[in-house]
Amino acid sequence: MSTRIDNKMAALRAAGKKGIFIYITAGAPDVETTLRAVKEAEKAGADLIELGLPFSDPMADGPVIQTASVIALKNGMSLKKELEIMREIRKFTQIPVVGMGYINNMYHYGFEKFVKDFKEAGMDGVIVPDVPHEESGEMRRICAENDFALVEFITPGTTEDRMQETCKDAKGFVYCVSNNGVTGVKKIDYSTIGAVCANARKYTDTPLAIGFGIGSPEAAAEAAQYADAIIVGSAVVGRLIKGKEQEAMDLIAAMRAAIDAK
Amino acid sequence: MNTKGRFGKYGGQYVPEIVMPALNELEAAYKKYRNDPDFLNEFRFYLNEYAGRPTNLYYAKKLTEHYGKAKIFLKREDLLHTGAHKINNALGQALLAKRMGKKRIVAETGAGQHGVASATVAALFGMECHVFMGALDIERQKLNVFRMKLLGAKVIPVSSGTGTLKDATSEAIRYWATNITDTHYIIGSAVGPYPYPEMVRDFQKVIGEETRAQAMKAIGKLPDYVLACVGGGSNAIGMFYDFRNETSVKKIGVEAGGRSDANGDNAKTLSGTGIPGILHGAYSYLLQDDDGQVIEAYSISAGLDYPGVGPEHSFFKDTGIAQYVSVTDQEALDAFQRLSKIEGIIPAMESSHALAYLEKLMPETTPDQSVVVCLSGRGDKDVQMVAKALGEDIE
Repeated sequence: MSTRIDNKMAALRAAGKKGIFIYITAGAPDVETTLRAVKEAEKAGADLIELGLPFSDPMADGPVIQTASVIALKNGMSLKKELEIMREIRKFTQIPVVGMGYINNMYHYGFEKFVKDFKEAGMDGVIVPDVPHEESGEMRRICAENDFALVEFITPGTTEDRMQETCKDAKGFVYCVSNNGVTGVKKIDYSTIGAVCANARKYTDTPLAIGFGIGSPEAAAEAAQYADAIIVGSAVVGRLIKGKEQEAMDLIAAMRAAIDAK
Repeated sequence: MNTKGRFGKYGGQYVPEIVMPALNELEAAYKKYRNDPDFLNEFRFYLNEYAGRPTNLYYAKKLTEHYGKAKIFLKREDLLHTGAHKINNALGQALLAKRMGKKRIVAETGAGQHGVASATVAALFGMECHVFMGALDIERQKLNVFRMKLLGAKVIPVSSGTGTLKDATSEAIRYWATNITDTHYIIGSAVGPYPYPEMVRDFQKVIGEETRAQAMKAIGKLPDYVLACVGGGSNAIGMFYDFRNETSVKKIGVEAGGRSDANGDNAKTLSGTGIPGILHGAYSYLLQDDDGQVIEAYSISAGLDYPGVGPEHSFFKDTGIAQYVSVTDQEALDAFQRLSKIEGIIPAMESSHALAYLEKLMPETTPDQSVVVCLSGRGDKDVQMVAKALGEDIE
């Protein structure tokens, strides 16, 4: 099993706490900031890091992460560089880290080699938003063989039969997309995905994490009540690329406090 | 590998989970209606009565004499309503969207022809229409932008990435994902996730079917060559498909060679440095760098500068069913002027690429042979840009 993720989620459950997953685009605005942000995010209360692996055409991402991806690619990011970043991260923390990137980069690198290399560098799993369950059979096999979590997605539109299939194969955590659309902060009624999460519980014990749209401590607390964890991306990345690193960390700390207070 | 909707190993459904229910809904609707007599009758009615099918297979006598080799025929898709083959697909998809109860159409466009076709069918069938278009393309194709607005569509500029077709496509998919329940996405080419490549091909295959019957009538046999330009490849697949099992008919797809063979200077996905990869939902040949980042395609023609290509073309390339070549910007510009002067037909810059390949092909042919060029669109939209390229001031 993907030990770091499973141990962390088990510890949170035992303590009656909800997890905060923070997405950070590798190399935006620069590698130093990325490494520092990982370290500081953990101190501020993050339980897991999603390391964004920038792609030229991020179909599932809104304007903030698109911009971060452009910046990172201009900074010369590539899977080889991102592998080095992963190794650097493991020099100072054992926080669970999952990569989040698009299939073409990994396919071009060789998916099996990608899994083996990043696992060796200390990564615990991967999220590939442009590969739905129907297309991920071979990837699931490779990840299972290498004890690397391939994160599955469910959304408010996922039909019952597909949810059952998806949940059956879930490893690490299930990414529960809060609403239709792409990443980015917006006002959302989280009870919709809350109902989806309640339904998914019938099919899996794998932790559920709600993402997309969460940008404030209030939204974080509201979403967290329906799941095991929340995922915050654009709200943090947007601040990092504007040079507002402290503000990003303060936001994570405020989310931590708001969730823990519930 | 999921084998659903594959052409050999190409195709597939590489989209976010959000989009999957809509693809499944579309697949079910398409399977239900593709052989439904009422649907096909209505589609046929609009193709004939509204768009102007069948289009002529015109014997270009003067162009034939110019080369003094095989007979040259032009499949006149340029004579269709809205000026290009794009209307075939737009009508088919709009009729399907109507049956699915969708209230809104979203489309991407490069040259603007597909945007105009989508805006046209949205007006015809009383649906709202949003067209995403690269900021650079909006600049290059002002006439079509205004046409879309006249037709009641909302044109949304896309400045992410490099502001061309690839970015407009990503943005249209994002918009679709956000408005998935009441919106149908009309993809303009034979690209994207299953069922799009197959569905778009089925709505365009009338080009080749008509060509076959018309050639039999005109010359009593099938043509020896069929030529079509390839960006995403919808007019080419429409022309090639009915001839796919005819080995005597050589099928040649002509890509944009742009200004050089350097990365970023052309759109030679199949005829150049492209290798298989995944973009916009499908596994197909793709222009990409050493890290698997997509390389921006370039062409003088706004309808051909796409770094990917329809997955069925990738399959045709690997199996040798069709072959893929390229011509440069300059060769296409020359062909644009040549057809205008010799035949009195101003072709679209996209179609000019297919015409330009005649320079290389014709010397190899003999007078008893025949060549069909798919004249996929008319060139009015390109006149301003061509004038600029030729150094003429018509502002």
